[in-house]
Amino acid sequence: MKSKWLSFPYLVWMLIFIFIPLLLVLYFSLTIRTPDGLVFSFDNFRRFFEPIYLKVFLRSVYLALISTVICLALGYPMAMILAGNNFKRKNVMVFLFVVPMWMNFLLRTYAWMTLLERQGLLNTFLTFLGLPPLNLLYTQEAVVLGMVYNFLPFMVLPIYSVLRKIDRQLIEAAADLGADQMTIFRRVIFPLSLPGVMSGITMVFMPAVTTFVISRLLGGGQFTLIGNLIEQQFLFVGDWHFGSAISMVMMVIILLSMGVLSRYDKEHEGGGLW
Amino acid sequence: MKEYLKRIYAMLIYLFLYAPILILIVFSFNASKSRGVWSGFTLHWYSELLKDRQILSALYNTILIAVLSALIATLIGTAAAIGIHNMKKLKKKVIMNLTYLPVVSPDIVTGLSLMILFVFVKLQLGFLSLLLAHITFNIPYVILSVLPKLKQLDKHLYEAALDLGATPLEAYRKVILPEIMPGVVTGMLLAFTLSLDDFVISFFTTGSGVSTLSITVYSMARRGINPKINAISTILFVTVLLLLIIVNIRMSGNHNKKER
Repeated sequence: MKSKWLSFPYLVWMLIFIFIPLLLVLYFSLTIRTPDGLVFSFDNFRRFFEPIYLKVFLRSVYLALISTVICLALGYPMAMILAGNNFKRKNVMVFLFVVPMWMNFLLRTYAWMTLLERQGLLNTFLTFLGLPPLNLLYTQEAVVLGMVYNFLPFMVLPIYSVLRKIDRQLIEAAADLGADQMTIFRRVIFPLSLPGVMSGITMVFMPAVTTFVISRLLGGGQFTLIGNLIEQQFLFVGDWHFGSAISMVMMVIILLSMGVLSRYDKEHEGGGLW
Repeated sequence: MKEYLKRIYAMLIYLFLYAPILILIVFSFNASKSRGVWSGFTLHWYSELLKDRQILSALYNTILIAVLSALIATLIGTAAAIGIHNMKKLKKKVIMNLTYLPVVSPDIVTGLSLMILFVFVKLQLGFLSLLLAHITFNIPYVILSVLPKLKQLDKHLYEAALDLGATPLEAYRKVILPEIMPGVVTGMLLAFTLSLDDFVISFFTTGSGVSTLSITVYSMARRGINPKINAISTILFVTVLLLLIIVNIRMSGNHNKKER
């Protein structure tokens, strides 16, 4: 079939709307505005390492890490439950797990606002029990909760799909050889599920570290994350050069972690197949 | 005993996932503006929505952009998938990696890089820029849904059509296209849903008073809680849920056909 030209419009489209915009970001990140016009400089990147911005960066990484750990702790058992064939309507259960993921994350985050706020349902419940109302919304914990809530399925689904593929006979063999439940999990199931765990970690960490909506809505703008910093630079401060530099740093971190992940995947899954 | 624990754990996780959504939906029918207490059923907030010009125009923009971007992305994406399918291995690999780039890169970077482009070429931020951005992030998903269908296709089908006297265009229209149609429709529905769902990229690429529903929700939510948002959320959630069920039934339907 001689139809390669059919992909031509797509290639042109992607060149204009993906490739050139990324080059523009790179260009802006490496220049600064001076009275004589734009000048090449690394100043934007240097500025990123100033204490105030470094603090924002570290806070983003810290909150994203905590959320990732909580997602792993909550999600791994859930993935095991979904992967076990004890339930009759397994497909329905998996489907039910995916559905909330398709609700707009903005609305999911907003849902927690209504629960956590001062006159919200949780505080009404506390008052009903005779307890004093708490400041739940606009705290760091609320931001972490929002991240866990939004990204938990991203942790569970990759682990689930790896666990499902594990050969039952391996587990039976381990049991025959005298391993107890704990040893089987530690020495057989967990090591085999590592590719899923790794991709789960990346899939939770990446959106958590780049979000600006969750921190804005549940943190009330008190907890600036990298995403908020970028948003501010572009929409309020108008310093595109610095904003581009932060975006480039973020992009590099994400592509690096993707690279590490795909390498890990090859060693484990790919290595066995080919 | 252990089974029992598993069930409880699963129930708690589902409760965690669904409770906020359900409460959001229930309270969209709540008569009082205060969110803590239930004070009777009302459709007041839904009728308020119908009166709100800003929300109605946002709804109009959202649907129009979702439909247009899904259609255009499907057109470009399907053609691209056929082209990519027929490429040599190395070239295919390079292009597929490029196709994955917007899928894996953070939305915020896609959004702001497009914004920079539009401002750079002096395109006024508004409806057109929003539409272009949505087409851009939709195309890869169409390609990724059409390509598997092309792989399942018999290589000789196209040649057979030509041998039987069809022109290349006829061969595509009457032989290839019907075969890959399920993938095309799935890709289009996916693109439509993603466009409906997008916030971050829209947020950066819109301007001059053109707003979509999710942008309206964000600017309202930033100011605090408003039962009207609950009403919009409910409508959006139900819509996306229905679309998702349709896509799922379609996909499992195809799957069954293949097994038979």
